[in-house]
Order: sequence, then C-alpha cells, then structure tokens
Amino acid sequence: MSALTFTLKIRPDQRVDMSPLVCHSLEKLEAAEIAALKLQCGKRKVRVGELFTVSGYDAKHIIIKNSFAKLDYIGKDLDGGMIHVEGDVGAYCGMGMKKGAIKVFGNAGIYAGCEMKKGQLEIDGNVGDFLGGALAGNKMGMKGGLILVRGNAADRVGDHLRRGTILIEGNAGDYCGSRMIAGTIAVMGNTGKFLGHGMRRGTILLWNEPKLSASFNDCGSHTLAFLPMLFNSFNDLNSPFANNENAFNRVQRYAGDMSEIGRGEILVKTVN
Amino acid sequence: MIINGVTIDATFAEAFPMKGTRAIITAQNEKWAMIAAQAMTGFATSVIACGCEAGIERVLTPDETPDGRPGVAIMIFAMGGKGLAKQLETRAGQCVLTSPTSALFAGIDGGIRIPLGKNLRYFGDGFQTSKVISGKRYWRIPVMDGEFLAEATTGQVDAIGGGNFLVLAQSQPQALAACEAAIEEMRKIPNVIMPFPGGVVRSGSKVGSKYKTLGASTNDAFCPTLKGSTQKTDLSPDIESVMEIVIDGLTKGDIDKAMRVGIQAVCDLGAENGIMRISAGNYGGKLGPFHFHLQEIMA
Repeated sequence: MSALTFTLKIRPDQRVDMSPLVCHSLEKLEAAEIAALKLQCGKRKVRVGELFTVSGYDAKHIIIKNSFAKLDYIGKDLDGGMIHVEGDVGAYCGMGMKKGAIKVFGNAGIYAGCEMKKGQLEIDGNVGDFLGGALAGNKMGMKGGLILVRGNAADRVGDHLRRGTILIEGNAGDYCGSRMIAGTIAVMGNTGKFLGHGMRRGTILLWNEPKLSASFNDCGSHTLAFLPMLFNSFNDLNSPFANNENAFNRVQRYAGDMSEIGRGEILVKTVN
Repeated sequence: MIINGVTIDATFAEAFPMKGTRAIITAQNEKWAMIAAQAMTGFATSVIACGCEAGIERVLTPDETPDGRPGVAIMIFAMGGKGLAKQLETRAGQCVLTSPTSALFAGIDGGIRIPLGKNLRYFGDGFQTSKVISGKRYWRIPVMDGEFLAEATTGQVDAIGGGNFLVLAQSQPQALAACEAAIEEMRKIPNVIMPFPGGVVRSGSKVGSKYKTLGASTNDAFCPTLKGSTQKTDLSPDIESVMEIVIDGLTKGDIDKAMRVGIQAVCDLGAENGIMRISAGNYGGKLGPFHFHLQEIMA
C-alpha cells in the first residue's frame, strides 16, 4: 500500500501546528477529507490542501516531504503507525506519543519527544533543547519508549525524565539529565556543564569522561551485569549503539546528585 | 505388555494439578550457577513436607541466558499459586541472592506474573535501582560482591505433579542402575524435573497410615521385606528391590515424553540385568485427574 504522503508546496512564514496529521486520526478519512482538514498556522487556520499536496492512502504510514523547521507538533500523541519526515521538523515532534514510530531525516527543534509515553523517535540530525523533557511547569518528562539522535543534542536532554531511553550518538549540551527521576540517557560524544544537575535516580551512560559537579561522588570502577543486557536491547537499531564494539560492562560509577536524593548514577566507560 | 523381558503392568500413574514456574540462575561460571541452583532446589523433594517440589531442569550455555553468562534452569512446583510464590521468593532470597556472582531471571514469559526479584529488592535498603530493558523490569540490588541482578517477576503456569513409574528388580543395585539410566535420558527432556534425590525415590508412599497424625506412610504393597507380612503385596518372590521415579512437568505431553524415554531406558537394560517389571503408583484413579497409562505410553 502506498504511504499517505504530504508534500509541502509552500513554506509559510508562520509556524504550523501539524498535530492533526497523525496516523490514528486519519485512518478513516478519505483523501478529500484529509485535504480539507484545517491546521493552525500562526493566528489563522489553513486547509491541509493549501500547504501540502496529498497523495497515497495508507494512513498507517505517513510521509511528510519538504518539511522544514516551522512544522511543529509532528506526531503529537501518535497512537500507532509510522511517520517519516523528510527534512527538518519544528518544536514538539513526537510530544506525548503513545505508540508507533517517527523517523526524522533532518534536524528537530526544541522539546522533541517531550513527555512521550512509548514508541520510538529517531532523529537523523541535531535536536534542540529539552529532548525527552517535560513541558515548562510539568514535573514529568518522557515516561517510556526510545529516542535515538544521530547528531548532537542541545541543552537539558531528558529534563525530568521519568522512564525510557534516550540515545545520543553525538554530543549533548549543558544540564544533560537535569532533574531526572529515572530512565536512561546514553551519550557517545561529549557532554556539557552541569551534567545530571538535580537528578534523583536513573542512569547517564557515557563513553567519554565528563566534567562533573562537586555533588557527584566517585563509587569506583565496577563490572555491571545489566549493561550487556541493555546493549543487547539496542541490537535492532540502525546505530553505533547496536555495534558490539561500542558495548562495555566495565564502568566508573559516580553517584548523585547528592544535593538531591543521590540515587542516580553516571557511568563512564573505563578500559581497565 | 513385555519389552525386552520386562513386564509393563496394565496400570497407570495418577497425577495432580500443580502450579509451576521456572527461573534461570546465572553466575560467573557454570560451577557457581550450579551451586546456587542446587541450593535453591534443595529440600524440595515432595510437597508433603517441603512445601514445594523443585529440581534442576538443565544447564544453559551463555548464549541461552539473558546476561550471556553460564546458567542453570530450575523449576519449582507447588499445590497452589500462593505457596509457589512464597517458596520461590524464600528460596531466591536465601539461596540465590546469597550465592556469589549470581543473577536471577524469569524462565517463563507468559502466565501469571509472580515476584522474583520484586520484593528481594528491599534487601537493598533504599540503594536498589531498577532498569526496564526491552519491556522487562530488572532490579539491581547492591551486595558485597558487586550487584545482584534479578528480574522483577517470572511466570506461573498450570502444571502437573506426580507422574511416576516404579522399577521392580531382582536386586537393589540392579534397580538403582536402571533408575540411573532412566534419569540420564529423562533429564534430556525439557519442561520436566524429577524432584527426588538424584531423581530417584526409594520410599514411595501410600495415602494414609495407621497413625492418625500421618497423611502418608510407606507403600507396603511394594516393600520387598514385607512380602510375607502384608496381605496386599504386589511383589512376586523374585523381586527384591523397588525404586520409583517421580516426574513434575508443565504439561501432560511433557510428562508422557519423560516417562516414555525413562521406561525405555530401563527396558533397554532388560530382564538380563535383573529388571522384572515396570509399574506405577495410583490411588484408584479417584484423586488425581491426570492418568498416565504405562502401556499406552509405551505403545
């Protein structure tokens, strides 16, 4: 079946709320009905047909072509199915998604995967602040699922992360893992300042030595049995995280943030 | 029915519904996985007094275990779900948590979930942490040799306990040799355990006793020294020793298979090695819903 494809015809000056274009909402609609749906664009509403050429009919597989950084809320609350985005995406991509998969063949803006509950979000390029985080004022970020970023992530990765896994092949900015409640963040590149700031529980897994705050205590080098299992769970990913050569079970363990309850940990790959 | 000179009695083994579960114990090497498994399945020959029946199902290679280390699969059977959960937890806590380098994983994915490491985590005194990996929750409990990793739950399924057959031989060494041969073959069958010491029981019991406080007593019909003293002896003059193999399994088919290979191994030794008869223990078919007819199994 051919995927339901939205090809952007013009780039509007204002930001576009793409949240109505998710698989579970479009399944029972005809092509004309989909084209007649209205999207919020700045302060006005525009028909889908005005912005996109709509083709294909399989709503379980949506493709968005010519996407750019002002298309917000792509895959918001997605409840099954798959969305492929060719180009960049704006803010809140995959926000609150419950099931399914989103693949972005470009960069993503702020709050990608924020408060998502399950499913998988893959971003080929870089992402903005608050990846997998909580919306401003909320106390819980991502609650499940997996986010894979092939590029770099900006600040506040996994802010208030509750559960789930965030994998970053590149670097992460400042305050990575801030206020984490639980879950796992793995960064293959470098991390910025104030790593794990205020984290309560959870694991930050690093390939490179970080610059740690004084509120993290060294617990020594250890061989941890859960790590091989964690790496095995990445085997299906098309990523260096699935490469056995990048897996390890020997780590330096830092506990913190001691200014919080201190049950979190930063695990750094060691060679000895 | 006669196989290789061994008479297969026209009788049946009577078995009961039980609840069963499986756990996988891994360790730094097979030696320590086996030590933990033996401890966990110790004192678990019969539900009559042990609270459960348990045994080692088989040794697992590193690529068969969740954490890629050598392991052992053990199975535990009890009369009810509550009893099973209690036995599993107590044994895991005292025998596996304490065993150096060990880790503990679920051996059954489906079924009703019962706690494995879920409550053991409190041993961590607040320092325990959990990880959800591929949808399964694991507890990491800090212990003096590092970390004890235990899956939160395992599966409890309906099972069958009490499949059995009796080996009747001309002498005690011949009965034991035949049972050893049977156990060797039966251990190759998945989903079953033979819970008695070495898989063999020499003190088969009947229901009831002349003493009111006892629910079970010696099966005098198969005691060779009572041939002249009990009116209900089931032994001919040439039989000097009887041993029993009891089988617990997940399904009737599993027990069927184990009984077939076990009885076949005994019959392969044949009358020339002193094996006279194969019989089975039952209660007239009134107590247990599962009947394993020996001649049907060997047909």
